Amino acid sequence: MKRVLDIALPALVAGLVLGLWQWAVAHWQVPVYVLPAPSAILRAFADNFTSLMTSLLSTLTVTVEAFFAATILGTATAIAFSQSRLLERTFYPYAVILQVTPVVAIAPLILIWVGFEHINLALCIIATIVAFFPILAGATLGLKSADFNLIDLGRLYGASPMQILWRIRLPTALPYLLSGMKTAGGLALIGAVVAEFVAGSGTATGLAWRIVESGNRLEIATLFAALMLLAVTGVFIFAALSLLEWLLLRRWHESAISHQS
Amino acid sequence: MIAFKGVGKRFANGTQALRDLSFTIGAGEFVSLLGPSGCGKSTALRLVAGLLAPDAGEITYSGGKPEIGFVFQEPTLMPWADALTNARLPLDLKHAPRDFADARALAALARVGLKGFEHAYPRELSGGMKMRVSIARALAAEPKLLLLDEPFAALDEITRNVLGDDLLRLWREDGLTVLFVTHSVSESSYLSQRVLVMTPRPGRIAGDIALAKGRDNRLSPQTIEAQHVISDALGRAMAA
Repeated sequence: MKRVLDIALPALVAGLVLGLWQWAVAHWQVPVYVLPAPSAILRAFADNFTSLMTSLLSTLTVTVEAFFAATILGTATAIAFSQSRLLERTFYPYAVILQVTPVVAIAPLILIWVGFEHINLALCIIATIVAFFPILAGATLGLKSADFNLIDLGRLYGASPMQILWRIRLPTALPYLLSGMKTAGGLALIGAVVAEFVAGSGTATGLAWRIVESGNRLEIATLFAALMLLAVTGVFIFAALSLLEWLLLRRWHESAISHQS
Repeated sequence: MIAFKGVGKRFANGTQALRDLSFTIGAGEFVSLLGPSGCGKSTALRLVAGLLAPDAGEITYSGGKPEIGFVFQEPTLMPWADALTNARLPLDLKHAPRDFADARALAALARVGLKGFEHAYPRELSGGMKMRVSIARALAAEPKLLLLDEPFAALDEITRNVLGDDLLRLWREDGLTVLFVTHSVSESSYLSQRVLVMTPRPGRIAGDIALAKGRDNRLSPQTIEAQHVISDALGRAMAA
Protein backbone atom coordinates (compact mmCIF):
# COMPACT_ATOMS: atom_id res chain seq x y z
CA MET A 1 0.00 0.00 0.00
CA LYS A 2 2.80 2.40 0.96
CA ARG A 3 4.65 1.63 -2.27
CA VAL A 4 1.53 2.20 -4.36
CA LEU A 5 1.05 5.63 -2.74
CA ASP A 6 4.73 6.45 -3.34
CA ILE A 7 4.07 6.17 -7.06
CA ALA A 8 0.40 7.14 -7.26
CA LEU A 9 0.64 10.50 -5.45
CA PRO A 10 3.45 12.04 -7.57
CA ALA A 11 1.78 10.61 -10.71
CA LEU A 12 -1.50 12.26 -9.73
CA VAL A 13 0.25 15.62 -9.30
CA ALA A 14 1.97 15.19 -12.69
CA GLY A 15 -1.36 14.43 -14.38
CA LEU A 16 -3.07 17.45 -12.79
CA VAL A 17 -0.22 19.84 -13.70
CA LEU A 18 0.03 18.56 -17.29
CA GLY A 19 -3.77 18.75 -17.73
CA LEU A 20 -3.90 22.29 -16.35
CA TRP A 21 -0.93 23.27 -18.54
CA GLN A 22 -2.58 21.85 -21.68
CA TRP A 23 -5.85 23.60 -20.88
CA ALA A 24 -4.23 26.96 -19.99
CA VAL A 25 -2.15 27.11 -23.18
CA ALA A 26 -5.24 26.45 -25.30
CA HIS A 27 -7.51 28.74 -23.26
CA TRP A 28 -5.25 31.82 -23.36
CA GLN A 29 -3.84 30.94 -26.80
CA VAL A 30 -0.22 31.16 -25.58
CA PRO A 31 2.12 31.30 -28.60
CA VAL A 32 4.09 28.09 -29.12
CA TYR A 33 7.42 30.02 -29.04
CA VAL A 34 6.66 31.15 -25.47
CA LEU A 35 5.14 28.08 -23.87
CA PRO A 36 4.25 25.03 -25.94
CA ALA A 37 1.51 22.69 -24.69
CA PRO A 38 2.55 19.23 -23.38
CA SER A 39 1.07 17.70 -26.54
CA ALA A 40 3.31 19.94 -28.70
CA ILE A 41 6.36 18.93 -26.67
CA LEU A 42 5.45 15.28 -27.12
CA ARG A 43 5.09 15.84 -30.88
CA ALA A 44 8.46 17.63 -31.04
CA PHE A 45 9.98 14.73 -29.12
CA ALA A 46 8.55 12.20 -31.58
CA ASP A 47 9.55 14.26 -34.64
CA ASN A 48 13.15 14.70 -33.41
CA PHE A 49 13.43 11.33 -31.75
CA THR A 50 16.52 10.07 -33.60
CA SER A 51 18.52 13.27 -33.35
CA LEU A 52 17.53 13.78 -29.70
CA MET A 53 18.66 10.23 -28.87
CA THR A 54 21.97 10.85 -30.64
CA SER A 55 22.42 13.98 -28.53
CA LEU A 56 21.44 12.11 -25.39
CA LEU A 57 24.00 9.42 -26.18
CA SER A 58 26.67 12.08 -26.63
CA THR A 59 25.91 13.80 -23.30
CA LEU A 60 25.48 10.48 -21.50
CA THR A 61 28.85 9.23 -22.77
CA VAL A 62 30.62 12.32 -21.42
CA THR A 63 28.69 12.01 -18.14
CA VAL A 64 29.48 8.34 -17.60
CA GLU A 65 33.14 8.73 -18.54
CA ALA A 66 33.48 11.73 -16.23
CA PHE A 67 31.71 9.87 -13.42
CA PHE A 68 34.06 6.89 -13.65
CA ALA A 69 37.12 9.12 -13.99
CA ALA A 70 36.04 11.13 -10.92
CA THR A 71 35.33 7.95 -8.93
CA ILE A 72 38.71 6.42 -9.73
CA LEU A 73 40.71 9.64 -9.31
CA GLY A 74 38.82 10.69 -6.16
CA THR A 75 39.20 7.30 -4.49
CA ALA A 76 42.87 7.03 -5.48
CA THR A 77 43.58 10.52 -4.13
CA ALA A 78 41.75 9.72 -0.89
CA ILE A 79 43.76 6.51 -0.49
CA ALA A 80 46.99 8.44 -1.06
CA PHE A 81 45.87 10.98 1.57
CA SER A 82 45.01 8.21 4.03
CA GLN A 83 48.50 6.71 3.68
CA SER A 84 50.34 9.99 4.14
CA ARG A 85 49.26 12.83 6.40
CA LEU A 86 51.93 14.99 4.75
CA LEU A 87 50.43 14.40 1.30
CA GLU A 88 46.97 15.30 2.58
CA ARG A 89 48.20 18.50 4.28
CA THR A 90 50.01 19.54 1.11
CA PHE A 91 47.34 18.86 -1.48
CA TYR A 92 43.92 19.00 0.22
CA PRO A 93 43.78 22.82 -0.01
CA TYR A 94 44.23 22.56 -3.79
CA ALA A 95 41.38 20.08 -4.03
CA VAL A 96 39.21 22.60 -2.17
CA ILE A 97 40.32 25.42 -4.49
CA LEU A 98 39.40 23.25 -7.47
CA GLN A 99 36.01 22.67 -5.88
CA VAL A 100 35.15 26.29 -5.00
CA THR A 101 36.31 27.83 -8.30
CA PRO A 102 33.24 28.01 -10.57
CA VAL A 103 33.81 25.49 -13.32
CA VAL A 104 32.26 27.83 -15.92
CA ALA A 105 35.20 30.14 -15.26
CA ILE A 106 37.89 27.55 -15.99
CA ALA A 107 36.05 25.72 -18.76
CA PRO A 108 37.19 28.10 -21.56
CA LEU A 109 40.82 27.57 -20.51
CA ILE A 110 40.46 23.80 -20.60
CA LEU A 111 38.79 23.96 -24.02
CA ILE A 112 41.69 26.01 -25.36
CA TRP A 113 44.38 23.83 -23.78
CA VAL A 114 42.87 20.53 -24.85
CA GLY A 115 41.84 21.94 -28.21
CA PHE A 116 38.55 21.87 -30.05
CA GLU A 117 39.72 18.93 -32.12
CA HIS A 118 39.49 16.84 -28.91
CA ILE A 119 36.20 18.37 -27.82
CA ASN A 120 34.87 15.26 -26.06
CA LEU A 121 38.03 14.94 -23.99
CA ALA A 122 37.71 18.59 -22.97
CA LEU A 123 34.06 18.12 -22.00
CA CYS A 124 34.98 15.04 -20.06
CA ILE A 125 37.75 16.82 -18.12
CA ILE A 126 35.40 19.67 -17.19
CA ALA A 127 32.68 17.28 -16.00
CA THR A 128 35.27 15.24 -14.08
CA ILE A 129 36.42 18.35 -12.19
CA VAL A 130 32.82 19.04 -11.18
CA ALA A 131 32.19 15.46 -10.01
CA PHE A 132 35.58 14.90 -8.35
CA PHE A 133 35.20 16.60 -4.98
CA PRO A 134 32.27 14.71 -3.40
CA ILE A 135 34.09 11.45 -4.15
CA LEU A 136 37.31 12.71 -2.59
CA ALA A 137 35.50 14.16 0.44
CA GLY A 138 33.40 11.03 0.99
CA ALA A 139 36.25 8.58 0.54
CA THR A 140 38.63 10.63 2.72
CA LEU A 141 36.12 10.81 5.57
CA GLY A 142 35.32 7.11 5.18
CA LEU A 143 38.94 5.96 5.20
CA LYS A 144 39.50 7.99 8.36
CA SER A 145 36.44 6.54 10.08
CA ALA A 146 37.91 3.05 10.52
CA ASP A 147 37.71 1.64 14.06
CA PHE A 148 41.08 2.27 15.77
CA ASN A 149 40.79 -0.92 17.79
CA LEU A 150 40.20 -2.93 14.63
CA ILE A 151 43.34 -1.43 13.10
CA ASP A 152 45.26 -2.23 16.31
CA LEU A 153 44.00 -5.79 16.05
CA GLY A 154 45.35 -5.92 12.50
CA ARG A 155 48.75 -4.69 13.73
CA LEU A 156 48.70 -7.31 16.50
CA TYR A 157 48.34 -10.02 13.85
CA GLY A 158 51.08 -8.52 11.72
CA ALA A 159 48.90 -7.02 8.98
CA SER A 160 50.68 -5.02 6.29
CA PRO A 161 49.48 -1.46 5.50
CA MET A 162 47.96 -2.90 2.30
CA GLN A 163 45.98 -5.49 4.29
CA ILE A 164 44.75 -2.83 6.72
CA LEU A 165 43.69 -0.68 3.77
CA TRP A 166 42.00 -3.50 1.89
CA ARG A 167 40.37 -5.39 4.74
CA ILE A 168 39.52 -2.63 7.20
CA ARG A 169 39.78 0.92 5.83
CA LEU A 170 38.16 0.45 2.40
CA PRO A 171 35.09 -1.52 3.63
CA THR A 172 34.59 1.13 6.34
CA ALA A 173 34.78 3.82 3.65
CA LEU A 174 32.31 2.14 1.30
CA PRO A 175 29.07 3.76 2.60
CA TYR A 176 30.73 7.20 2.59
CA LEU A 177 32.12 6.60 -0.90
CA LEU A 178 28.71 5.51 -2.23
CA SER A 179 27.10 8.61 -0.76
CA GLY A 180 29.73 10.72 -2.54
CA MET A 181 29.09 8.78 -5.75
CA LYS A 182 25.36 9.56 -5.61
CA THR A 183 26.16 13.27 -5.46
CA ALA A 184 28.89 12.92 -8.09
CA GLY A 185 26.56 11.17 -10.56
CA GLY A 186 24.25 14.19 -10.72
CA LEU A 187 27.21 16.59 -10.78
CA ALA A 188 28.83 14.74 -13.70
CA LEU A 189 25.67 15.36 -15.73
CA ILE A 190 25.58 19.03 -14.69
CA GLY A 191 29.28 19.30 -15.55
CA ALA A 192 28.74 17.77 -18.98
CA VAL A 193 25.87 20.20 -19.69
CA VAL A 194 27.83 23.25 -18.47
CA ALA A 195 30.83 22.17 -20.56
CA GLU A 196 28.65 21.88 -23.67
CA PHE A 197 27.20 25.33 -23.06
CA VAL A 198 30.69 26.82 -22.80
CA ALA A 199 31.92 24.92 -25.86
CA GLY A 200 29.04 26.43 -27.82
CA SER A 201 27.25 25.20 -30.88
CA GLY A 202 29.04 23.77 -33.87
CA THR A 203 31.47 21.73 -31.80
CA ALA A 204 29.46 19.79 -29.24
CA THR A 205 26.52 17.58 -30.22
CA GLY A 206 24.92 16.84 -26.85
CA LEU A 207 21.60 17.77 -25.30
CA ALA A 208 22.83 21.10 -23.93
CA TRP A 209 23.83 22.13 -27.41
CA ARG A 210 20.34 21.10 -28.61
CA ILE A 211 18.86 23.40 -25.95
CA VAL A 212 20.99 26.35 -27.07
CA GLU A 213 20.24 25.70 -30.72
CA SER A 214 16.50 25.22 -30.18
CA GLY A 215 16.43 28.43 -28.15
CA ASN A 216 18.16 30.34 -30.94
CA ARG A 217 15.63 29.02 -33.47
CA LEU A 218 12.70 29.62 -31.11
CA GLU A 219 11.86 25.89 -31.30
CA ILE A 220 10.70 25.96 -27.72
CA ALA A 221 8.91 22.61 -27.92
CA THR A 222 12.15 20.86 -28.93
CA LEU A 223 13.96 22.78 -26.17
CA PHE A 224 11.45 21.41 -23.64
CA ALA A 225 11.84 17.89 -25.03
CA ALA A 226 15.64 18.09 -24.59
CA LEU A 227 15.15 19.53 -21.10
CA MET A 228 12.83 16.66 -20.12
CA LEU A 229 15.34 14.14 -21.42
CA LEU A 230 18.05 15.73 -19.26
CA ALA A 231 15.83 15.58 -16.16
CA VAL A 232 14.90 11.95 -16.82
CA THR A 233 18.59 11.11 -17.32
CA GLY A 234 19.47 12.75 -14.01
CA VAL A 235 16.75 10.81 -12.18
CA PHE A 236 17.87 7.60 -13.85
CA ILE A 237 21.51 8.11 -12.78
CA PHE A 238 20.41 8.79 -9.20
CA ALA A 239 18.14 5.73 -9.16
CA ALA A 240 20.89 3.48 -10.59
CA LEU A 241 23.39 4.63 -7.94
CA SER A 242 20.80 4.25 -5.16
CA LEU A 243 20.21 0.69 -6.34
CA LEU A 244 23.97 0.00 -6.32
CA GLU A 245 24.17 1.42 -2.79
CA TRP A 246 21.32 -0.76 -1.60
CA LEU A 247 22.82 -3.89 -3.19
CA LEU A 248 26.19 -3.33 -1.53
CA LEU A 249 25.00 -2.25 1.91
CA ARG A 250 21.73 -4.10 2.48
CA ARG A 251 23.23 -6.81 4.67
CA TRP A 252 25.10 -4.68 7.14
CA HIS A 253 24.73 -0.92 7.01
CA GLU A 254 22.07 0.89 9.06
CA SER A 255 21.24 3.21 6.16
CA ALA A 256 20.09 0.32 3.95
CA ILE A 257 18.03 -1.54 6.54
CA SER A 258 14.38 -0.80 7.20
CA HIS A 259 13.54 -0.35 10.85
CA GLN A 260 10.23 -2.16 11.12
CA SER A 261 11.85 -5.60 10.84
CA MET B 1 55.86 -15.77 30.84
CA ILE B 2 55.81 -11.95 30.99
CA ALA B 3 57.85 -9.67 33.20
CA PHE B 4 57.39 -5.89 33.55
CA LYS B 5 60.34 -4.16 35.20
CA GLY B 6 60.01 -0.47 36.08
CA VAL B 7 57.84 0.22 33.07
CA GLY B 8 56.74 3.81 32.47
CA LYS B 9 54.58 5.31 29.75
CA ARG B 10 53.87 8.95 29.04
CA PHE B 11 51.53 9.97 26.23
CA ALA B 12 52.18 12.69 23.66
CA ASN B 13 49.76 15.01 25.49
CA GLY B 14 51.96 14.82 28.61
CA THR B 15 49.81 12.41 30.63
CA GLN B 16 51.95 10.04 32.69
CA ALA B 17 49.84 6.88 32.40
CA LEU B 18 52.20 4.44 34.14
CA ARG B 19 55.22 4.87 36.36
CA ASP B 20 57.55 2.17 37.65
CA LEU B 21 55.15 -0.67 36.90
CA SER B 22 56.60 -4.08 37.80
CA PHE B 23 54.96 -7.50 37.86
CA THR B 24 55.40 -10.99 36.48
CA ILE B 25 52.86 -13.42 35.10
CA GLY B 26 53.60 -17.14 34.91
CA ALA B 27 52.51 -19.49 32.15
CA GLY B 28 49.00 -20.85 32.65
CA GLU B 29 47.95 -18.25 35.22
CA PHE B 30 44.65 -16.37 35.21
CA VAL B 31 45.53 -12.90 36.48
CA SER B 32 43.23 -9.91 36.93
CA LEU B 33 44.57 -6.40 36.63
CA LEU B 34 42.24 -4.38 38.84
CA GLY B 35 42.11 -0.64 39.33
CA PRO B 36 39.98 2.49 39.10
CA SER B 37 39.13 3.78 35.64
CA GLY B 38 41.90 5.88 34.13
CA CYS B 39 44.65 4.18 36.15
CA GLY B 40 46.43 2.94 33.03
CA LYS B 41 45.37 -0.72 33.06
CA SER B 42 44.36 -0.62 29.40
CA THR B 43 47.70 1.01 28.60
CA ALA B 44 49.47 -1.81 30.45
CA LEU B 45 47.54 -4.36 28.40
CA ARG B 46 48.51 -2.62 25.15
CA LEU B 47 52.14 -2.66 26.28
CA VAL B 48 51.90 -6.42 26.85
CA ALA B 49 50.46 -6.85 23.34
CA GLY B 50 53.22 -4.71 21.83
CA LEU B 51 50.69 -2.21 20.46
CA LEU B 52 52.50 0.46 22.48
CA ALA B 53 56.19 0.76 23.35
CA PRO B 54 57.26 1.67 26.90
CA ASP B 55 59.43 4.77 27.35
CA ALA B 56 61.00 3.53 30.58
CA GLY B 57 61.83 0.11 31.97
CA GLU B 58 61.60 -3.13 30.06
CA ILE B 59 59.11 -5.84 29.16
CA THR B 60 60.45 -9.37 28.67
CA TYR B 61 58.79 -12.57 27.56
CA SER B 62 60.37 -15.83 28.60
CA GLY B 63 60.58 -18.09 25.56
CA GLY B 64 59.91 -15.30 23.07
CA LYS B 65 56.78 -13.25 22.49
CA PRO B 66 53.83 -15.66 22.58
CA GLU B 67 50.92 -15.79 20.15
CA ILE B 68 48.45 -13.26 21.59
CA GLY B 69 44.67 -13.02 21.46
CA PHE B 70 43.13 -9.64 22.30
CA VAL B 71 39.53 -8.91 23.32
CA PHE B 72 38.44 -5.29 23.63
CA GLN B 73 35.71 -3.75 25.76
CA GLU B 74 33.61 -3.35 22.62
CA PRO B 75 33.16 -6.39 20.35
CA THR B 76 35.13 -4.48 17.63
CA LEU B 77 33.78 -6.60 14.78
CA MET B 78 33.74 -5.79 11.08
CA PRO B 79 30.04 -4.92 10.47
CA TRP B 80 30.33 -5.81 6.77
CA ALA B 81 31.43 -9.38 7.45
CA ASP B 82 29.59 -12.38 8.92
CA ALA B 83 30.62 -14.12 12.15
CA LEU B 84 32.79 -16.65 10.33
CA THR B 85 34.73 -14.01 8.39
CA ASN B 86 35.17 -12.00 11.57
CA ALA B 87 36.49 -14.98 13.51
CA ARG B 88 38.81 -15.84 10.61
CA LEU B 89 40.45 -12.40 10.49
CA PRO B 90 43.69 -13.28 12.35
CA LEU B 91 44.23 -16.27 10.05
CA ASP B 92 43.36 -14.29 6.90
CA LEU B 93 45.88 -11.64 7.87
CA LYS B 94 48.53 -14.34 8.19
CA HIS B 95 47.60 -15.67 4.73
CA ALA B 96 46.50 -19.04 6.11
CA PRO B 97 44.92 -21.34 3.48
CA ARG B 98 41.16 -20.79 3.30
CA ASP B 99 40.11 -24.37 4.17
CA PHE B 100 42.35 -24.44 7.19
CA ALA B 101 41.25 -20.96 8.31
CA ASP B 102 37.57 -21.82 7.89
CA ALA B 103 37.94 -25.01 9.93
CA ARG B 104 39.73 -23.16 12.73
CA ALA B 105 37.23 -20.30 12.78
CA LEU B 106 34.25 -22.68 12.74
CA ALA B 107 35.73 -24.65 15.63
CA ALA B 108 36.34 -21.43 17.59
CA LEU B 109 32.76 -20.27 17.01
CA ALA B 110 31.44 -23.66 18.13
CA ARG B 111 33.52 -23.46 21.31
CA VAL B 112 31.94 -20.15 22.32
CA GLY B 113 28.44 -21.54 21.64
CA LEU B 114 27.81 -19.91 18.28
CA LYS B 115 27.31 -23.03 16.17
CA GLY B 116 24.67 -22.16 13.57
CA PHE B 117 25.42 -18.43 13.64
CA GLU B 118 28.44 -18.59 11.31
CA HIS B 119 26.74 -16.53 8.62
CA ALA B 120 25.00 -14.02 10.87
CA TYR B 121 26.12 -10.41 10.57
CA PRO B 122 27.09 -8.51 13.74
CA ARG B 123 23.96 -6.33 13.59
CA GLU B 124 21.84 -9.49 13.70
CA LEU B 125 23.48 -10.63 16.96
CA SER B 126 22.87 -9.58 20.57
CA GLY B 127 25.55 -7.79 22.59
CA GLY B 128 26.58 -11.02 24.32
CA MET B 129 26.77 -12.94 21.05
CA LYS B 130 28.90 -10.21 19.47
CA MET B 131 31.30 -10.51 22.39
CA ARG B 132 31.37 -14.27 21.81
CA VAL B 133 32.38 -13.69 18.18
CA SER B 134 35.11 -11.39 19.46
CA ILE B 135 36.36 -14.13 21.81
CA ALA B 136 36.16 -16.72 19.01
CA ARG B 137 38.29 -14.43 16.85
CA ALA B 138 40.90 -14.25 19.62
CA LEU B 139 40.82 -18.07 19.99
CA ALA B 140 41.06 -18.71 16.22
CA ALA B 141 44.73 -17.75 16.25
CA GLU B 142 45.27 -20.39 18.99
CA PRO B 143 46.94 -17.95 21.38
CA LYS B 144 49.12 -18.85 24.33
CA LEU B 145 48.27 -15.56 25.98
CA LEU B 146 44.76 -14.10 26.08
CA LEU B 147 44.45 -10.39 26.89
CA LEU B 148 41.01 -9.04 27.78
CA ASP B 149 40.28 -5.35 28.31
CA GLU B 150 37.11 -5.09 30.43
CA PRO B 151 35.39 -7.39 27.95
CA PHE B 152 32.11 -7.73 29.85
CA ALA B 153 31.76 -4.16 31.10
CA ALA B 154 29.11 -3.23 28.53
CA LEU B 155 26.97 -6.35 29.09
CA ASP B 156 24.11 -7.07 31.46
CA GLU B 157 24.83 -9.07 34.61
CA ILE B 158 23.25 -12.33 33.42
CA THR B 159 25.21 -12.35 30.15
CA ARG B 160 28.34 -11.26 32.02
CA ASN B 161 28.13 -14.22 34.39
CA VAL B 162 27.55 -16.75 31.62
CA LEU B 163 30.46 -15.39 29.58
CA GLY B 164 32.67 -15.38 32.68
CA ASP B 165 31.99 -19.09 33.22
CA ASP B 166 32.70 -19.75 29.53
CA LEU B 167 35.99 -17.91 29.83
CA LEU B 168 36.98 -20.06 32.83
CA ARG B 169 36.14 -23.21 30.87
CA LEU B 170 38.23 -22.10 27.88
CA TRP B 171 41.13 -21.24 30.15
CA ARG B 172 41.03 -24.69 31.82
CA GLU B 173 40.64 -26.57 28.55
CA ASP B 174 43.41 -24.79 26.67
CA GLY B 175 45.95 -24.15 29.40
CA LEU B 176 45.94 -20.49 28.34
CA THR B 177 47.58 -17.68 30.20
CA VAL B 178 44.94 -15.00 30.80
CA LEU B 179 45.45 -11.36 31.70
CA PHE B 180 42.08 -9.84 32.49
CA VAL B 181 41.69 -6.10 32.95
CA THR B 182 38.67 -5.13 35.05
CA HIS B 183 37.35 -2.59 37.52
CA SER B 184 34.99 -5.12 39.09
CA VAL B 185 36.00 -6.60 42.44
CA SER B 186 33.39 -9.37 42.21
CA GLU B 187 34.48 -10.40 38.69
CA SER B 188 38.16 -10.60 39.66
CA SER B 189 37.40 -12.42 42.93
CA TYR B 190 35.60 -15.24 41.15
CA LEU B 191 37.49 -15.58 37.85
CA SER B 192 41.16 -15.15 38.63
CA GLN B 193 43.83 -16.97 40.60
CA ARG B 194 45.71 -13.78 41.28
CA VAL B 195 44.75 -10.12 41.41
CA LEU B 196 47.13 -7.26 40.71
CA VAL B 197 45.72 -4.08 42.26
CA MET B 198 46.75 -0.80 40.65
CA THR B 199 46.88 2.73 42.06
CA PRO B 200 45.19 5.69 40.38
CA ARG B 201 47.22 7.36 37.63
CA PRO B 202 50.14 7.09 37.20
CA GLY B 203 49.47 3.40 37.73
CA ARG B 204 51.72 1.21 39.83
CA ILE B 205 51.09 -2.18 41.44
CA ALA B 206 49.83 -1.58 44.97
CA GLY B 207 48.96 -5.16 45.82
CA ASP B 208 49.59 -8.66 44.49
CA ILE B 209 46.97 -11.01 45.93
CA ALA B 210 47.01 -14.76 45.42
CA LEU B 211 43.46 -15.99 45.94
CA ALA B 212 42.63 -19.13 47.92
CA LYS B 213 41.10 -22.18 46.25
CA GLY B 214 37.49 -23.23 46.70
CA ARG B 215 35.86 -20.29 44.92
CA ASP B 216 33.62 -22.68 43.01
CA ASN B 217 30.77 -20.24 42.60
CA ARG B 218 30.18 -16.53 42.89
CA LEU B 219 28.61 -16.75 46.34
CA SER B 220 30.79 -19.35 48.06
CA PRO B 221 32.31 -18.13 51.37
CA GLN B 222 35.79 -18.29 49.81
CA THR B 223 34.71 -15.95 46.98
CA ILE B 224 33.11 -13.51 49.41
CA GLU B 225 36.25 -13.64 51.56
CA ALA B 226 38.37 -12.91 48.46
CA GLN B 227 36.17 -9.91 47.70
CA HIS B 228 36.91 -8.48 51.16
CA VAL B 229 40.65 -8.95 50.70
CA ILE B 230 40.62 -7.36 47.23
CA SER B 231 38.40 -4.46 48.38
CA ASP B 232 40.76 -3.72 51.27
CA ALA B 233 43.76 -3.72 48.94
CA LEU B 234 41.92 -1.48 46.48
CA GLY B 235 41.01 0.91 49.31
CA ARG B 236 44.66 1.15 50.35
CA ALA B 237 45.70 1.63 46.70
CA MET B 238 43.23 4.49 46.28
CA ALA B 239 44.48 6.20 49.44
CA ALA B 240 48.16 5.78 48.56
